[in-house]
Amino acid sequence: MERFGASFLIAGIVTFLLGFFLQGVMPVLTLRKVPVATVEELVQTIPPEFSDLAEEYPVEFERAFGEVSLASLVEAIELGKENYIAEACWHCHSQFVRPVSKENIRFGPVSTPEEYQNLMQLPHLFGTRRVGPDLIRQAGKHSNDWHMAHFYEPRNIAPYSVMPAYPWFFDENKRPTKRALALVAYVQWLGSWAREVPGTIYNVDAMRGGDQ
Amino acid sequence: MTPTTIPASAGTRHLVNLALVRWHLTASAVCYAVSLLAGLAYAFQFNNLYPFAGIEFLSPGRVRMVHTNIAAYGFIANAFIAGLLFAIPRLTKRPILSDALGWVIFWAWQLVLTLTVIGVLAGFGQAIEWGETPVFVDPLVLVGLVLLVVNMTVPILQSTEQGLYVSLWYFLAAFAWTGLVYFMGNYLPQFWIPGTAGAAITGLFIHDLVGLFVTPIGWGLMYFFVPLLLRKPIWSHALSLIGFWGLAFFYPMQGVHHFLFSPIPMYAQYGAIVATIAVEIVVLTVIVNFFGTLHGRADAIRGNLAVRWFFTGIIFYAITCFQCAFQVTLTFQKIIHFTDWVVGHAHMVMYGVFGFWIMGMFIELWPRCIGRPWATPRLLTAHYWLTFVGIVIMVLDLTAAGLVQGFSWAGLSHWGESVVASMPFWWVRTVAGLIIIAGQGLFLYSMWATARRPATEPGMVRIGTPVEA
Repeated sequence: MERFGASFLIAGIVTFLLGFFLQGVMPVLTLRKVPVATVEELVQTIPPEFSDLAEEYPVEFERAFGEVSLASLVEAIELGKENYIAEACWHCHSQFVRPVSKENIRFGPVSTPEEYQNLMQLPHLFGTRRVGPDLIRQAGKHSNDWHMAHFYEPRNIAPYSVMPAYPWFFDENKRPTKRALALVAYVQWLGSWAREVPGTIYNVDAMRGGDQ
Repeated sequence: MTPTTIPASAGTRHLVNLALVRWHLTASAVCYAVSLLAGLAYAFQFNNLYPFAGIEFLSPGRVRMVHTNIAAYGFIANAFIAGLLFAIPRLTKRPILSDALGWVIFWAWQLVLTLTVIGVLAGFGQAIEWGETPVFVDPLVLVGLVLLVVNMTVPILQSTEQGLYVSLWYFLAAFAWTGLVYFMGNYLPQFWIPGTAGAAITGLFIHDLVGLFVTPIGWGLMYFFVPLLLRKPIWSHALSLIGFWGLAFFYPMQGVHHFLFSPIPMYAQYGAIVATIAVEIVVLTVIVNFFGTLHGRADAIRGNLAVRWFFTGIIFYAITCFQCAFQVTLTFQKIIHFTDWVVGHAHMVMYGVFGFWIMGMFIELWPRCIGRPWATPRLLTAHYWLTFVGIVIMVLDLTAAGLVQGFSWAGLSHWGESVVASMPFWWVRTVAGLIIIAGQGLFLYSMWATARRPATEPGMVRIGTPVEA
């Protein structure tokens, strides 16, 4: 009787491992030749939005990150990702563009696997729900000021929005804290490697009235 | 059958430790209330009426994690542990390995839940869906799970009964699965496997948590309680064999269906779709088996509230399986992925099916644990109907909202149009939630009122006692 009972335990382990191999290990093997980039390896250029951030909020930027450099960019986007996870932004914003439902027109180029082979996607932030739009092609779609005002009170920018306000990203004078700067740097960095070409019809929302 | 005592080696230990069952049920009820209120608060965010706006530690994004995690690990897990503590000793005629260990597990589990709530509200939530429990809680969860498995597996393996009943197959397999699944989902994509491959593993975790923890224990408990309450054996042994092995084989290999059309390799996506459709067909055999068992005793649905909860849940299960076999296809995914359709589906599965089964268990176990019959049968009937009406409205509403959103996006409308079009649906969702919560208020009051009644002997309330006249 003991052996009979143990057989269900063993069957559980075997079927788990079979499924894990087919659905988990095989995608890992498929991608094994694409090296996993560290954040330092990944970030090779400074997006203009990051330099703008230092110009627009000089005192706050200086206090938070010092000079504009690759090192401060790395620090900013890593802190931005940390806050993106802490506030669970990924519950309402996805980070991949599908090849269907005209998403390439709305958001930009369809996502490819190698874009995600880096430590900024550890843990990955694909997301499973879109209350708000996808963010993986967000870089440069709005100005830094737009993002600041939007984080402070989304309905000031988009009256229909159901996004929560994040007043705790700002100090008592409504100036951005380090967290706000980091989040804006992060969101403005997302997709900076796959920018839209001016004059194409990407970002249908921006075309039809500016805001999202 | 009243709890029998075990002679000789076990001394005068009761077969079932009803105090442990009672405390797990109580913890489950508390978590249930917490989860529902968190869900309600989050729903109000979609009406721009969030009650705690501007408070960082009660931000809607964080409160959502309390809603889902406390539902899964608080409400469902505690109730399942209570069910296992009741069912396994009665099936094996042996008590759990150690009552002391049982209490250690109980308190460890409540500590896990408390730390989870504090952790996610303080901003330490993990970006793993259904695994948002902070990384510093995960080791404690794993230790708790291992202790739980040891405590419950030993009596099963020591049992001298002729042949293991189908419930125990499910429990044993679930014991093997749960720890593995939890480790895989909370550690691999968090620390070692980034990006697309990590997403494949997260998908597996999201799915396995339902498929390899909640589903097998849920079905195992149904195989225990339904024949007991109907006082007749399960209809077909062969069908229960097919159901178990079909679930064990197909369920673990469908994780990627949560990320269709993502950059995950297409063979994994196709494989997940095929396995999903296969398991839905196999699982229908289980549903047929339960309706075969009900045949000739359908009056029990009127007279016994527990049976009514169970079979309502099984009907919802049939609906979700049917729905799932379609929605998993690429054709449906183009439109419904990322929409409220999926939210509706999740609520029907986790609440309409497993939540309903747990309610049935509460109806049966609570009076036995505290040794008093239910004080308020009419309130319990009202509770059933409010919950039923609430969940049906919620699921229909969210499914329709999903279609509106999906077609709005595919039609390249301005994003704001999909939000504006969803507003009425989100209002209906909030109202449905209020209906459900009103029902649960009656239920929690009933539990309290029953516990305050003058005592009779624990265990003297017989199983199968009709709650309604």
